[in-house]
Amino acid sequence: MPIITVDGYELEVKAGTNLLDALLSRNIDVPYFCWHPAMGSIGACRQCAVVQYANKDDDRGRIVMSCMTAVTEGAIFSVDTNNAVTFRESVIENLMLNHPHDCPVCEEGGECHLQDMTVMVGHRNRQYTGRKTTFRNQYLGPFIGHEMNRCITCYRCTRFYQDYAGGHDLNAFGSRDRVFFGRAESGVLENEFAGNLIEVCPTGVFTDKTLSKNYTRKWDLQSAPTVCTGCSLGCNTYTSERYGELRRVHNRYNQEVNGYFLCDRGRFGSGYVDSPKRIRQAGMLNAAGLYDVVSKDSAIEHVRSMLANASKIKGIGSPRASLESNQSLRDLVGEDNYCSGMTNTEREMHAVILDVLRSDLNSPSMSEVENFDAVLVLGEDVTNHAPRLALSIRQATRNKSLKLAAETQLSEWQDAAVRELAQNQRSPLIVVTPMTDRLDEIASQSLRMSFGDITKLTQGLIDALTSDVSGEKQRAGSSESNEVVRGIIETLLAAERPLIVSGTSVGSPELLKRAANLAAALKQHKKTAGIFLCASEVNSLGVCLIDNHHSLESILDEAPEVVIVLENDLSLRLGHRFDSWIAKMPRLIAVDHLDHLTTSKADIVLPAATDPECEGSYINTEGRAQRSMAVFKPAGNIAASYHWLDALRDVTRVPSEIRAALANQFSELQVLDDAAPDEKFRDAGGKQPRMTHRSSGRTAMYADISVHEPKQPIDEDSAMAFSMEGNQNRSPSALRAYTWTPGWNSNQSIHKFQIEVNGSDVAANPPSFVFSDSESFCHYPRGNISNNVLIPQFHIFGSDELSAFSDELSQRVPLPYLRIRSEDAQRLGLTKDDGVMCDQVKKSTPLRIIIDDDLPVDCMVYPKIAELFELNGLDNASFVRIDGWHSPPAIITSDRTN
Amino acid sequence: MLLDMLSAIWSQLLTLAEVLKHTFTKADTVQYPEEMPYLAPRYRGRIVLTRDPDGHERCVACNLCAVACPVDCIALQKTEDEDGRWYPEFFRINFSRCIMCGMCEEACPTYSIQLTPDFEMCEYDRQNMVYEKEHLLISGQGKYPGYSFYNVAGKSIAGKDKGEALNESPPVDVRSLLP
Repeated sequence: MPIITVDGYELEVKAGTNLLDALLSRNIDVPYFCWHPAMGSIGACRQCAVVQYANKDDDRGRIVMSCMTAVTEGAIFSVDTNNAVTFRESVIENLMLNHPHDCPVCEEGGECHLQDMTVMVGHRNRQYTGRKTTFRNQYLGPFIGHEMNRCITCYRCTRFYQDYAGGHDLNAFGSRDRVFFGRAESGVLENEFAGNLIEVCPTGVFTDKTLSKNYTRKWDLQSAPTVCTGCSLGCNTYTSERYGELRRVHNRYNQEVNGYFLCDRGRFGSGYVDSPKRIRQAGMLNAAGLYDVVSKDSAIEHVRSMLANASKIKGIGSPRASLESNQSLRDLVGEDNYCSGMTNTEREMHAVILDVLRSDLNSPSMSEVENFDAVLVLGEDVTNHAPRLALSIRQATRNKSLKLAAETQLSEWQDAAVRELAQNQRSPLIVVTPMTDRLDEIASQSLRMSFGDITKLTQGLIDALTSDVSGEKQRAGSSESNEVVRGIIETLLAAERPLIVSGTSVGSPELLKRAANLAAALKQHKKTAGIFLCASEVNSLGVCLIDNHHSLESILDEAPEVVIVLENDLSLRLGHRFDSWIAKMPRLIAVDHLDHLTTSKADIVLPAATDPECEGSYINTEGRAQRSMAVFKPAGNIAASYHWLDALRDVTRVPSEIRAALANQFSELQVLDDAAPDEKFRDAGGKQPRMTHRSSGRTAMYADISVHEPKQPIDEDSAMAFSMEGNQNRSPSALRAYTWTPGWNSNQSIHKFQIEVNGSDVAANPPSFVFSDSESFCHYPRGNISNNVLIPQFHIFGSDELSAFSDELSQRVPLPYLRIRSEDAQRLGLTKDDGVMCDQVKKSTPLRIIIDDDLPVDCMVYPKIAELFELNGLDNASFVRIDGWHSPPAIITSDRTN
Repeated sequence: MLLDMLSAIWSQLLTLAEVLKHTFTKADTVQYPEEMPYLAPRYRGRIVLTRDPDGHERCVACNLCAVACPVDCIALQKTEDEDGRWYPEFFRINFSRCIMCGMCEEACPTYSIQLTPDFEMCEYDRQNMVYEKEHLLISGQGKYPGYSFYNVAGKSIAGKDKGEALNESPPVDVRSLLP
């Protein structure tokens, strides 16, 4: 580790890094704009200037950009010398020439990196008296606002959007002081990670429209560390509240999971918390088929009497509910009467993932995926099913350029140079899916085949790998497919670290089993080979672990008298079987937070808290146990599901007691408690604050109701308080409600909480993995390969149970369609853009016909969105063409565009 | 001993003289409320929200007053109208907590919130000390006539396009390639 001298002090810094990175890692403040910890340096903004001296006798030195300067043994720098200070001040003065007088009406105000840096360099008075350049804004969709006047031309947005996330529709246009960052014309930003522009932009060019609608400054937000429930990856988020409404979701840095970025489903998909369909009171179905509001006590009384009079009581859990809630249900109905709420197929697929995680196969974390230099995607629609992983896979394809850079002794952080060097050379990525995939554009090879054929291909790969080992002759097959198999095998074996990616969006346990077999076979050749399997929902693995192999069907087949459904819309899982099942269902009790088909059929509905409103533990697809904390106490009768279910048994438990019960029964779940400190944790005698120390309006917020300020709600469930008292800078990361340090109001303050830049959190709990990799992997025997004709296409917006309830996100949900091959269209007498009715789709939703000859033969594709779930498992639907039907416009296209 | 006594008597006489003297001076007592005292315009009394010269609300709901308030007695919520202006959906001051320190006025970037020379705000019921926007908003400009925030800000609103604010050039033509 080289030792450098900065302002007379000797510092030991990490070798191979740049000076800015080293200084920030050592807690020395240097202002910067264009540098980003995840994106390296390009030296565009000139803000991080310091003075470098040639030797000890040099007293003049020369100004260098710290982000572009490598640290070398014995180098002498000064951050505080007059030259550097005045240089940095003049740079910001120049950057501010055209910056509008907007801060009071800017959503970034109060957490603006530009504000912070201006204060840091001390620039105060504007000397320039010329005119300010202005720009027209664009409409960029329902999520992101655009205010181009505020731009300081640091190029972070295009570097993230194009280089990091692989987007195409955001670019820099124009020349000199007319440089404009936006789209070629107004329209929705297409990339699934566009929301990160809000956090990447150091000022207020890209702002959060969902926040602006009900705007609150950062200092007024009451926040908590939460886990995104949008998919199975369990990205870490900060969720924030004000006046009892959820206001925004921001990224929470976790080095091993999501790093600095989230997908748009996670960021903009939590509107369901304040949805008009939210159930806020307990309700009982009356004779007229309507719900009467009942008090908490009488609801509990009714349910108890219902349970007392029944002998066969079953509980249906939910993979989107926390482990605590599921365990509470399990305690209520007994372990033999509890099921995870997943269908047979879903259960079987998740059992494969559990086996893989428990085995000695190498299952990497999401950030480790970025280190693999060859990726084979088998059937999984990564971008739509587990979106954030797609971003990691995109970084994995950059390993080729990093390797090239290393060969030319170019540092990794020299971002522009490394990209220039590699041009379009990427590490191999092989995408084998039925539909066109978003990753095709960076794939070295894309293969379109049905899931059945993908399973056969996987088997072919296994055979080729194992026959190599045993020296057997290759199995006979068509020469063409042999060619494909050989090509893929060569690619995988040529790589240093090959990775197999698949997931439950394939809907076939057989494919997942063979993918696991393939990873095991590959491991025989390459010790470093890995496998990443994506589960379906945030807690799929958690409930799979505690459900004693009971699936949804097995529970329902037993003809129970009373069924308690926990946070689960069974109509989405059972598809067309739901109606026949509900018809013979005698009694149904639902504990849920939204009005959907299952809750609207229940006899008694108990209003449950959503995930940002109560504490919960989730196990993500890596087998990592994570804790999500409550952000605020919901109003009225709403309570956490586990509190409702415990109340039915007349017990009161805090979540840590439920976790203790889980740990007692399942030794693997003993790590749950390590994910975060429990409710007894105290720092200097106090709990951890959820509000900022500068939270405002405390004595006026509710003064319209009563001038006597209400007592803050007490949180008995966790070690966090609904209060501004306490020191969040000392909180363990699992209890830290926001990042802020003096002088660093924006999210860039994160480096103050990292051991070093891009390092782990200073106060992180050690990762708590539920599964140890101890068991050796047993190959699955070959099963039958089934071939679905109708294939559900997952969509990042609309394919999960909750996010489509959000106002803005629902605008991005695709309209129902049926994607078919032209010969099928001919057979059915349909042409492009026809509207057809399908006899199996509820709500009589017309499907738009899309002709797609890239589809595998005999395959039809429909979108997996809530309206169409009944198409599931359907083989002989009939289609009726609607005469004169016109497709409605896909998305709103007008907005204020000045 | 004798000297001390004489000195004490002298002191008593001086005091009596001083008291007697006040019989002939003008009384300081003001006959409030019949007689109103003079309060300078900068006096820190009842808080108002003012309007800009066009009659629009000056407040843009930036929350700086609320965060500057040492007793946290200001609460507001931003909303936006069809013109693109930000304004408070509600604006509430709990005067039973207010200490009339004037920090809100100093923090206000739009000259909206101002303290006035009026202190007559007593109430029998504390709840009546809670002022909503309808109680706070006056129709005039207060102490700072002529200032309109949106005329100097870059954000465009209905009636003021991009490039029409103070010291702004018209929006650039991004497609121009001229040097």
